[in-house]
Amino acid sequence: MMVDVQKMEQFAENLAAQEEVQGRSLLADARRRFLKNKAALVSLIILTGVFLFSAFGNMFAAWSNDEIDWGILGQIAELGAPNIENGHYFGVDELGRDLFARVVQGTQISLMVGIVGALIAVIVGTLYGAIAGYTGGKVDNIMMRIVDILQSIPYMFVLILLLVVFGRSIFMLFVGIGLISWLDMSRIARGQTLTLKNKEFVEAAMATGVKPLTIILRHIVPNLLGVVVVYSTLLVPQMILTESFISFLGLGVQEPNTSWGALIAEGAGTMQYGTLWQLAFPMFFFIISLFSFFFIGDGLRDALDPKDQ
Amino acid sequence: MLSYILRRVAIAIPTLLLLIIISFLLMHAAPGGPFTSERPLPPAVLANIEAKYGLNNPIYVQIINYIGGIITDFDFGPSFKYKDRSVNDIIANGFPVTLTYGFLSFAVAVIVGGALGIAAALKQNSWLDYFAVGVSIGAQVLPNFVMAPILVLVFTLWLGWLPGGGWNGGQWNHLILPVIALSTSYMASVARLTRSSMLEVLHTNFIRTAMAKGLPYRVIIFKHALKPALLPVMSYLGPAFVSMITGSVIIDMYFSTGGIGQFYVNSALNRDYAVMMGITILIGGLTILFNLIVDILYAWVDPKIRY
Amino acid sequence: MKFSKSFLLASVVSTALLSTSAFAAGVHPETGEKLADDQTFTYRILDEHSSFDPQVNEDVSGSEIARNLFEGLYNQDNLGNLVPGVALSHTVSEDKMTYTFKLREDAKWSDGKPVTAGDFVFAWRRLSSPELASPYQWYAELMSVENADAIVKGEMAPEKLGITALDDHTLEVRLTKPLPYFAAMTTHSSTFPSPAWAIEAHGEAWTKPENIVSNGAYKLVKHVPQETAVMERNTNYWDNENTIIDKVETLVINNENIALTRYLAGETDRTETPAGQFPRLKKEYPDQAVVFPRLCSYYYTFNLSDTGPEVFKDVRVRKALAYAIDRRVITDNVIQEGQFPAYTFTPAVTAGFEVPEVEYAGWSQQERDAKAIELLEAVGYSKDNPLEFDMVYNTSEGHKKIAIAMSQMWKQKLGVKVNMSNMEWKTFLNERGNQNFELARGAWCGDYNEASTFLDLMDSESGYNDGKFASAEVDQLLSDAKSLTNPQANYTRIEEIMATEMPIIPIYHYTEAYMMNAQLKNWPIKNAEQNWYAKNLYKVAK
Repeated sequence: MMVDVQKMEQFAENLAAQEEVQGRSLLADARRRFLKNKAALVSLIILTGVFLFSAFGNMFAAWSNDEIDWGILGQIAELGAPNIENGHYFGVDELGRDLFARVVQGTQISLMVGIVGALIAVIVGTLYGAIAGYTGGKVDNIMMRIVDILQSIPYMFVLILLLVVFGRSIFMLFVGIGLISWLDMSRIARGQTLTLKNKEFVEAAMATGVKPLTIILRHIVPNLLGVVVVYSTLLVPQMILTESFISFLGLGVQEPNTSWGALIAEGAGTMQYGTLWQLAFPMFFFIISLFSFFFIGDGLRDALDPKDQ
Repeated sequence: MLSYILRRVAIAIPTLLLLIIISFLLMHAAPGGPFTSERPLPPAVLANIEAKYGLNNPIYVQIINYIGGIITDFDFGPSFKYKDRSVNDIIANGFPVTLTYGFLSFAVAVIVGGALGIAAALKQNSWLDYFAVGVSIGAQVLPNFVMAPILVLVFTLWLGWLPGGGWNGGQWNHLILPVIALSTSYMASVARLTRSSMLEVLHTNFIRTAMAKGLPYRVIIFKHALKPALLPVMSYLGPAFVSMITGSVIIDMYFSTGGIGQFYVNSALNRDYAVMMGITILIGGLTILFNLIVDILYAWVDPKIRY
Repeated sequence: MKFSKSFLLASVVSTALLSTSAFAAGVHPETGEKLADDQTFTYRILDEHSSFDPQVNEDVSGSEIARNLFEGLYNQDNLGNLVPGVALSHTVSEDKMTYTFKLREDAKWSDGKPVTAGDFVFAWRRLSSPELASPYQWYAELMSVENADAIVKGEMAPEKLGITALDDHTLEVRLTKPLPYFAAMTTHSSTFPSPAWAIEAHGEAWTKPENIVSNGAYKLVKHVPQETAVMERNTNYWDNENTIIDKVETLVINNENIALTRYLAGETDRTETPAGQFPRLKKEYPDQAVVFPRLCSYYYTFNLSDTGPEVFKDVRVRKALAYAIDRRVITDNVIQEGQFPAYTFTPAVTAGFEVPEVEYAGWSQQERDAKAIELLEAVGYSKDNPLEFDMVYNTSEGHKKIAIAMSQMWKQKLGVKVNMSNMEWKTFLNERGNQNFELARGAWCGDYNEASTFLDLMDSESGYNDGKFASAEVDQLLSDAKSLTNPQANYTRIEEIMATEMPIIPIYHYTEAYMMNAQLKNWPIKNAEQNWYAKNLYKVAK
């Protein structure tokens, strides 16, 4: 799965074509249009639900995520199915641990990986692109060649190497995932910066001797926000999928912590042994969340795109 | 255009070199080595092995020797793990396999996904459209490590129609499951992309004019709308093909197809230095190549773009 | 089997062509069972083996293949006893340091050349030569063959190795010390003969199917790396007439669940059962799910070196942790493959070994738990002041489950807080080998069927003693045991010391659990080393 870069560039162009963000009326307009998009709205509600579930789910859990139910261990297929009475609302995993608590905790990790990963990518990409675009000339040329080069590196391979070399940790996962996915964003940001540079408000700032970094942070970056928001929404599911692949390879988070990817990989391993709930519950949250991110991202883009007004 | 291509090729060489050096250093920085084993080898034995493979040289000598070997003899070195085979053997054996099911999956993804996307766009808001959108998003979020075991369960064990794995020289019935497992999510992406860009094109003034002029529908779609609608799809396909090759790790693990995908992970885990380097160069080269092909195709389809 | 028609036809034709034996469609000569028409044995292997070259290979699946392609001096029967291979018999000199093997005269290579003593000389020199740099060079040293050490170090030419062909069918081996189990060591695949002429002609490519020459019951006909290796009957093999299986096929299947699915679909005759699934499979397929003991031990080792945590230097802590593990739960509820809870290091199946009765083995789990709490409290740790440490294991579904179960037992009974970390294999070995851990998983499988293969790990000088346990008494007992005719008393004492010092936490002794085609007979389930020979197997008709 990939974010449609082409479309994002188009969107960025449209955004840049308008004048400096003019505050309330435009945003109110965008909000109105977003709220009219039913798929996006439903997705927003679902996603809010998933967030609430991950934040407060533990209050309803009868078990912790690492506690083994010794009475069930060894007879998972017979006794481990979802059951309200014994507190295992989602059943138990292969080791007799409460799947509800584990899904709650896995949701936290996966959402965090997705969001933090996307944020790193977007922040690095935006700043890099804005600096390259604003400075222009040789610096721009070199900076963008570097992006070209980095884009030719098979990134999953590098990620695997990083996890092998530096040991597995959530931090490394963020670094690895974030480092790799800022490239597209930097191109988009650069393109938009080039357009913005010639706008009156930027030229005015330059003329009055404002420092370049200040101009970038004060005048350029805020105008990139539309793209940033949309892009990161679309990037989150991609990050989550990457994490699930890494978890599948056994290089993901450490026990007793888990993630959607790890839970799904475990569930998929035992699905033919009569414990389908182990796959079904994490899969359900995984799918509805990714769906939601997609629809929200698309909805935001349509709502913010001045061309469609 | 030509100078653009030349420039891109010229940049590919330092890129690959950089990639080789970074990977080489990273690999050697990883804890443990190719001959770290459950039973630590006696120092004398380890010394013999390291001497045999030149691992006792300083690291810069190793890098130079390695790159030298590639340039002079096109020799990518020996595998430390699979001792009967060189990296050249491994790639020669595995790469055609990966390419075969990779291209087939790619073709399925483009043809089926494209057709689905176009159909959905033409019948926007019909049941067909909803069906296509639903299926494509569903397929996109179903990881193939979930799909692969389901396929084997259904088609091999329950229905007994297809073998559950192996390559068997690429016999057709061994190809079906890997191709389904690999192509689905890409097919879904292609369908989504085609649908949305087709819709956009259909709403442009240019197509509206053509409609107003009363040109036959078929002509409008195939002669005027299709080409611009496929542009965004094409820019997706380059990286998609490479990520398909990467994704083949799961195909090789589940279907024992014997492609190079599994080495992608295994060589790093086994510290099989030369194999890892060979695969890195191969995938790096492919990435560069496909990005280039896409750019060229792009220029060909859209004459407005100049380099 | 669900293969295409052409494939079936091909295999029928090839079976017909190859069936030089009288049994193909007949009955078993000894048992009188009706034999199946198709005598193909297909089994799953987890990963591609490292080499077909018997001297170069370094993994279990490779040596299984080598045992079918090649034949060494001795083979093992279904109980693990020595039976003649290429050697018919041997004599040992007075000082027990010179072995003279009498080789059979009817042994032939697959290209028709006779198997001679010179082929063994060539192979053993090859094994020890620094030029080939086999990872199994140490095996030549382990066998104590004269000059092996110096040759491996490169101080002496391989020609000086203590092995000589007295004539074509008499082989002499000189050792540096009496080694009671030397003859048994010749069943190891790295000691198998190799064909000098083929290796000279093809170099490293000699193991390709078109080049390979082998002296075992089978010859390699096809190899698709990472997918399959196909071996067919070697008609030149001396015992070809009594061989029933016509064809042996390996299928590489990485994923154990897929492997089971494919087994159930009839694609293979043997596969490992996925962890935790054995009881269910046994219930559903009672005649196919089989389990038998292995010569392996699963344990956790404390880091007792200077880099280890101070708290583990206190034997009370080590004992408390070892006591609080409910091994029954791990074997019966977590892994569920009939493993044997272990309170000593050496498995009970080890030949000639009697498991000593260590104290805590006899207690009930309640008693052990109570004792554990008491010990830990004496050191000053309790649920209010929890002991905390790190525990490492290598990435694997099974190890993960065991580690989690252990950490939960400690947490719930003793309030101990364990930080688990799971490392990929090479990193894990590196960290463990460099004493960069607090508590680490370990497993050991016997190199040969005698208790010293396990207990030697506790030698303070052993390169495998990752926990750096050092006891002068154990060292002395081990070195004395080497020259004793019955070393059981020493072994008992060592196990007792281990139970009081607790340098490691024994968890269980392994079993092997397979799904095995019910038609396949004569699998050596009583051979704890699991040295199986396809030539001894057969398939009965349904």
